[in-house]
Amino acid sequence: MTINTSTTSSNPTLALEARGLCCIRGERELFTGLHLRVAPGDCLHVRGENGVGKTTLLRLLTGLSNPDSGEVLWGGQSITHDPIAYHRELLFLGHRDALKEDLTALENLQMYAALDDVSLSVEKAMATLWRFGLRGRENLPVNCLSAGQKRRVLMARMLTRQAKLWILDEPFNALDIQAVQELQNLISEHLSTGGLVVLTSHHEISIPNVQVLEL
Amino acid sequence: MKALFAIIHRDLLLVMRRKSEVLTALFFFVVVTSLFPLGIGADAALLRKIAPGVIWVAALLSTLLGLHRMFAADYQDGALEQLALAPQPMVLLVTGKIIAHWIVCGLPLVVLAPIIGIQFDLDASSLYVLMVTLLLGTPVLSLLGSIGAALTLGVRGGSVLMSLLILPLYIPVLIFGAGAVYANSVGLDSSGHFSLLGALLVLALAFVPWVSAAAVKIAIE
Repeated sequence: MTINTSTTSSNPTLALEARGLCCIRGERELFTGLHLRVAPGDCLHVRGENGVGKTTLLRLLTGLSNPDSGEVLWGGQSITHDPIAYHRELLFLGHRDALKEDLTALENLQMYAALDDVSLSVEKAMATLWRFGLRGRENLPVNCLSAGQKRRVLMARMLTRQAKLWILDEPFNALDIQAVQELQNLISEHLSTGGLVVLTSHHEISIPNVQVLEL
Repeated sequence: MKALFAIIHRDLLLVMRRKSEVLTALFFFVVVTSLFPLGIGADAALLRKIAPGVIWVAALLSTLLGLHRMFAADYQDGALEQLALAPQPMVLLVTGKIIAHWIVCGLPLVVLAPIIGIQFDLDASSLYVLMVTLLLGTPVLSLLGSIGAALTLGVRGGSVLMSLLILPLYIPVLIFGAGAVYANSVGLDSSGHFSLLGALLVLALAFVPWVSAAAVKIAIE
């Protein structure tokens, strides 16, 4: 299983690469010898049936779990070499939303900005929430928001995080048609500024430069 | 350093939004320590004698009550993964969470101790010694407890297991903490106990955050 997304990168040092990834869960071999390369401006769409190892692959790429063999490289260097520098460039959204239910949408954004060491003024945070249709709801505790609205808070976080590499697990879940469109625009925008995206989804997505990896 | 304050601020804010969980632990401490004078009666000499042990045991148990909250909620909603992926050393974030736990579950015990002590007819110097031992000892309780909280993440019935893991580790703190108050009350010098408690605190501060951070990383893998 090898995939090479277009290598017309302007800045080859910021590519995400996986070499010979192998993952075994229990007695089942999820994948072996998996190679992939994502260059700036490219989007990798990981597809496959349930339980085939999409989330596992994404977690390997973030460094949350370690592969049984093989390695993940960022900018030509193993991600275990300097995890903090890698995490500075990385935004990972799992299938759990990781929002604190008792805090408001605005507080969640500010809290993550402080932890991720990015500067975020209140005005900018508000403007971002408004962009994703949360005007008037920015000061409600997150447990008062619907599942779709929580995903919208996450979209606001994607924008304010200022990360180069986005790894998104099922980002289109629970979104209405309009929000799906907005998220696709957001991803396209990110790609056009030289960002990298790896995502899983069961839907067809209309984003430029998409490469599909079937697991 | 900014991240340390950010995580402390975050945890304290979360506690403020859900005060009942914290107040339960404090209320437990107050009620348990008040039950002893009520049950034993007005035998002042006996009360003075059992006071250090009773107050310290109650402090251990009430610290234990709040421990499972330290990582479990963040583990369940995925926030712990996000913390692990933040561009900060995990040790720093875990230390922040331990400090927040101590501010919420340890510091109030230090402040409440003199009021509780009056019920046991402790004199001013004993109250002072009790407060200092709690001030030195409760951070050790939070630190050691964080190991148990991290190791039992995702384990069913984890809080019972955590008590079994952690309570034996609390024994030295209990011995020197209660011992200092007792030594002072019979006219002995309690500075040796303070030094030992201080040494335990320094030792725990130096090693425990690394151990807990490693345990958290194993849990989210």
